Amino acid sequence: MSETRGKAAGPVPLARELEQLEDIVRRLEADDVDLDDALALFEDGVRRLRAARDRLAQAELKVQSVLEGAGGDLLSGDLDV
Amino acid sequence: MTATLHTEVPVPTEDVWSVSQVTAAVKRLVERHLGAVWVRGEISQCKAWASGHWYFTLKDAKSQVRCCMWKQQALKAGRPPADGTEVYVLGAPGMWEEKGEFRLVATAIVPTSAVGQQQQELERIKAALQRDGLFDVARKRPIPAFAECIAVVTSPDGAALRDVAIVIRRRWPCSRLIVVGARVQGEGAEGELVRALGIVNRLDGLDLCIVGRGGGAREDLAAFNSEAVCRALAAVRVPTISAVGHETDISLTDFVADLRAATPSAAAEAAVPDRREVERRLQSLASRLASGLSLRTSLAAERLERTADRLSCAIGEAVERPAHRMDRIAAQLDALSPLRVLGRGYAMPTSPDGRVLKRRAAFLPGQLFDLRVSDGRISARVEDAG
Repeated sequence: MSETRGKAAGPVPLARELEQLEDIVRRLEADDVDLDDALALFEDGVRRLRAARDRLAQAELKVQSVLEGAGGDLLSGDLDV
Repeated sequence: MTATLHTEVPVPTEDVWSVSQVTAAVKRLVERHLGAVWVRGEISQCKAWASGHWYFTLKDAKSQVRCCMWKQQALKAGRPPADGTEVYVLGAPGMWEEKGEFRLVATAIVPTSAVGQQQQELERIKAALQRDGLFDVARKRPIPAFAECIAVVTSPDGAALRDVAIVIRRRWPCSRLIVVGARVQGEGAEGELVRALGIVNRLDGLDLCIVGRGGGAREDLAAFNSEAVCRALAAVRVPTISAVGHETDISLTDFVADLRAATPSAAAEAAVPDRREVERRLQSLASRLASGLSLRTSLAAERLERTADRLSCAIGEAVERPAHRMDRIAAQLDALSPLRVLGRGYAMPTSPDGRVLKRRAAFLPGQLFDLRVSDGRISARVEDAG
């Protein structure tokens, strides 16, 4: 068990990653985008897609248990469920 | 006295059942088709045996049924009820084959008076929570579509946590579960649930909180009807899902939470998206990216082609325009040419040194000069200058 300060700063949540991807696709589909911008958007989109797929493929559920220590601190540890 | 054999008595066929067969068939019928039911009646002839099992009869004005409660449940139930007590019994109808006796196997006994008191208390809490707006639909928060960090307030050893973990591992393994353990039934459960919900509010980066437990007898779910637990749940600063017992069980936490799930598994289903759905969404985004770029490049190619056409037109014009001008100038020059005038029948006199003789004074008698006509030159001499 170790002291916990809650969620560590991790990678961008997948929800936001998906929103950004949707936004990239919408911009790429807009009429006013020129070829250079379209290429840049495409490359960014492909990179994000690959990252999102990798994250889904490698994801493993983490289960932790949290309890209050004697001094009122929160202690956390991995839990096997 | 001799017994008379009645020949009218039907002769047994080969299909004769043994007593055991009959009792076994009845047992199958009763136990397969009737589940546990709540039965209201009055206790009589209750006896707690040294083995720990209780046997008693439950009766009303018309009928009675033999009941038993096995040691394990009897220990939980406390003291055997006194004869004459009116009770609710949760029991599964069964058949005691050795005695050929139908009976209820009880798993819970609750005095009707206690239920009355419990019901009154429940109504009081419900009214208080309602008055304070804890059931208002307007205060319900939406459940996030992609919860990545989920607190689960339940017993760390219970089936509920196992069910939640199984479903989330299958659907959305990108999540993190933070289990805040609490007893969910019996003495101390209320306080532990309140404390656990308080701990939830101290966790950073949380998206959602599931509170609940697996199925159990009505009294086992009582902590989830506690006013303190309901108020602590309402104070949780992230959206909440209440999942207590089975589909048919409803607790006050169900009304307070932002979402009521019928079971802990259903809560987990509601808490996270299905990875297959997300994979399909990613696939569709990939196709749109590809077709978006392809559209852009083909539009750019068309534009380039159009530009090339315009450029080629412009070059053509740039080359052709001076040529036209030259033609025009040549035509103008041609029109001005004296040769053109000579072509109409005029002649032009020139001196032998090539000067054009324009005036009479330039013609002296006997002087030789040339006459230029359209197709050549004629030598001439002035005879008379007039």
